[in-house]
Amino acid sequence: MANFYTDNPDLKHHLTHPLMEKIVALKERDYTDAQKYDYAPLDFEDAMDNYERVLDIVGEICGDIIAPNAEDVDHQGPKVVDGHVEYADGTKVNLDAVRKAGLMGMSMPRRFGGLNFPITPYIMAADIVSRADTGFENLWGLQDCAETIYEFADEEQKKKYITRVCEGETMSMDLTEPDAGSDLQSVMLKATKKEDGSWVLNGVKRFITNGDSDIHLVLARSEEGSKDGRGLSMFIYDKRNGGVTVRRIENKMGIKGSPTCELVYKDAPAELVGSTRLGLIKYVMALMNGARLGIAAQSVGISEAAYREALSYAQERMQFGKAIINFPAVAEILSVMKAKLDASRALLYACSRFVDMYKIYDDIAKERPLSVEEKKEQKYYSRLADAFTPLAKGMTSEYCNQNAYDCIQIHGGSGFMKDYTCERLYRDARITSIYEGTTQLQVVAAIRHVSTGTYLNKIREYEAMEVCAEDEAVKNTLVFMTQQYADAVQAVLGVDNTQFHDFMARRLVEMAGHIIMGYLLLEDTQRNGAFRKSLNVYVKYGQAEVERHASFIGNFQPEQIKNYLYTND
Amino acid sequence: MPTSACAESGIGSYGSVALTSTRLNTSFINITETLTMSLNIIVLAKQVPDTRNVGKDAMKEDGTINRAALPAIFNPEDLNALEQALRLKDANPGSTVTLLTMGLPRAAEIIREAIYRGADTGIVLTDRALGGADTLATSYSLAQAVKKIGNYDIILGGRQAIDGDTAQVGPQIAEKLGIPQVTYAEEIVDLSNGHVTVKRRLEHGVETVKAPLPCVVTVNGTAADCRPRNAIRVQKYKYATSPSETGKLPERIQELVKNRPELQLNEWSAAFVEADPEQIGLAGSPTKVKNVENVVFTAKDCRRLDNNDEQIEDLIKELITNHTIG
Repeated sequence: MANFYTDNPDLKHHLTHPLMEKIVALKERDYTDAQKYDYAPLDFEDAMDNYERVLDIVGEICGDIIAPNAEDVDHQGPKVVDGHVEYADGTKVNLDAVRKAGLMGMSMPRRFGGLNFPITPYIMAADIVSRADTGFENLWGLQDCAETIYEFADEEQKKKYITRVCEGETMSMDLTEPDAGSDLQSVMLKATKKEDGSWVLNGVKRFITNGDSDIHLVLARSEEGSKDGRGLSMFIYDKRNGGVTVRRIENKMGIKGSPTCELVYKDAPAELVGSTRLGLIKYVMALMNGARLGIAAQSVGISEAAYREALSYAQERMQFGKAIINFPAVAEILSVMKAKLDASRALLYACSRFVDMYKIYDDIAKERPLSVEEKKEQKYYSRLADAFTPLAKGMTSEYCNQNAYDCIQIHGGSGFMKDYTCERLYRDARITSIYEGTTQLQVVAAIRHVSTGTYLNKIREYEAMEVCAEDEAVKNTLVFMTQQYADAVQAVLGVDNTQFHDFMARRLVEMAGHIIMGYLLLEDTQRNGAFRKSLNVYVKYGQAEVERHASFIGNFQPEQIKNYLYTND
Repeated sequence: MPTSACAESGIGSYGSVALTSTRLNTSFINITETLTMSLNIIVLAKQVPDTRNVGKDAMKEDGTINRAALPAIFNPEDLNALEQALRLKDANPGSTVTLLTMGLPRAAEIIREAIYRGADTGIVLTDRALGGADTLATSYSLAQAVKKIGNYDIILGGRQAIDGDTAQVGPQIAEKLGIPQVTYAEEIVDLSNGHVTVKRRLEHGVETVKAPLPCVVTVNGTAADCRPRNAIRVQKYKYATSPSETGKLPERIQELVKNRPELQLNEWSAAFVEADPEQIGLAGSPTKVKNVENVVFTAKDCRRLDNNDEQIEDLIKELITNHTIG
């Protein structure tokens, strides 16, 4: 009888952020859908009530079904039967529940049977599902591939496939191959156009999450003889047509309920999405941005689970005559875990709102020309979404790993045994900083916004925030950290050596991250004093981290880089 | 559960006898019926205090339940019954599921809960005159409401409610309507050719029985859990209200309810179902509560046993003898 939405008031705090009023009004086109659909909201208040009610369903299913199933699913895992995936028993029960609850296609328009939710409440659902079972979040969360169909496919494809997703069919994105992991330009899966104009796919994909899904988005080489990303196109493969078999399921360290498949395509019929040659450079980039936000949500869910497990164990475990939570060394670990969790969640939802703003404007632009003011806003938020997505994915995934590590530490020897949830969280967390682009690749995407000043400009905006007297000191610390960051950026970019820039990139991105998360918690605290503890703990932590990076950068001579590099000579 | 022990009226036999059902052996052959039919299904449900999470203030001084201290919930086994009803509806397109509940006007909340899960509509039978009813008066009142609904194929309900634990209301309704009953149902195996086949969960195994329609089936907690609320239905029906609730909604929402008949839940009075005032409420309830005792479990002493079967068995026997367990 647990409800993972209602037992966590932090979620409602983020759902009710002031920017939501604008997001919802735009998403609902000033609530005009209410005339066409009997489940569309009448106004802002009604829409928020809908989001809460649906999140309440998500919370209940997670608390009563998905979380209790997680351990069995982890042990049993999926298997391959006749070239197809058979999910673990608990996974089937979970899928049945989310389908019956109508939680598929949450962000899709109502005309396809979706709920037309903005990204923010959808991401909140992902956050909740991941807390219950991260591996299952993958299967459920791959519904955001429908977003790519919605953005780039033609009307007929949208009608056909998005409707099916809303009815409960699952999706996958078939990108990775044995020789194309981070480097997707090397994708070799061959797309051949037949005489009748239809396409078939041949080749192998590897590490495909939920690879036996109903509807696949596939990246394939349509331009024979081409070598780079410009020869790649995106296709839809419909499982109903056949032609793809699962050769094996990987035996993974974590998220064991989520089948990671090796796929063999043999003349598999496929439909082209959009135009040829734009597969990687346009569609996959959009797909990946959505997926990265999803992984950030997944990471926050794991952080939440890890913190809760650690907290309850520390409250119960007695040593030396008292609960271990009463020892400062343990309390510090817990407070820092909570601060990282709160900072992660603040960043996740800030990013979700930016994504909502620009995506909704993009969608409106298909219906009517945007005004000058709207165009300006769209550009502003699009840039912020672009800057915050890799930051959020990178920071939250690293923090959930740290929190899972600390969760085991709190459990002591028991945590090393297979008996407690913390060991599964530790294994499940590990993939988050790897898939959908490693942390190192998030830095590559984020560093542009260090050099072009997107982060600094946003930080300056935050700086203008009015805060209550109690929080002035923290704000001053953040202002000081910002100066250290700006100096470090100058110091690094002032050296004309791209290798040196790459070498220092992660440090600069993290510095920006600490300051931004500090400000977001400061903003949260102004609306809700419950965040003040985390604000203070986080800024203390972030300040020390910024110092550390500043010190490293300040004491580093560019030529010392040779001590780190491996060269052939 | 530290609550009441009350003197039963003795009216209505303990509801576990399948009156007119045919007992079948395990080689029972399913009669396959390819044609589906649309059914009128009634689900009996009750809003109950959540006695699974009772605190110290669960009982009032006078021994009655302190309803204010306990959240009101959908009686758990009635949800199992609802799921069986919804499965019948899934298998027989065009069927309707109507939830019937007796209680305070706020019991309409469980009708909404049922609609969110797939029920079509609901009726709350509410009237001051119905207050204080025991199982006899309750089953009479509900049977009157069922007669008012008129056209029905099957009536499903939970085995018992967690506030009274009598398991009498379902069987008594069947008796008053003069139709068969099947109790302890775990699964409706088949419904075709005017008969329903039901798997019953009994103490020492399962039994599959067949009964002619219409009939009453009371469903066990071991049956399948009810499906979750559906996101679209929750948004669509959240303003579904009984007349006494509708008036409390903001004006713009009242307008909406007025324009959408599916949002108007029925509220029936005792007079509307033509109930005899002598047979309802306190007047119609021969059950009298003689005494209520709080049973508080406390650990009084601690006993250490050696690790052998003999001592453990002795303790079990002792606990059974003094009614601590069993």
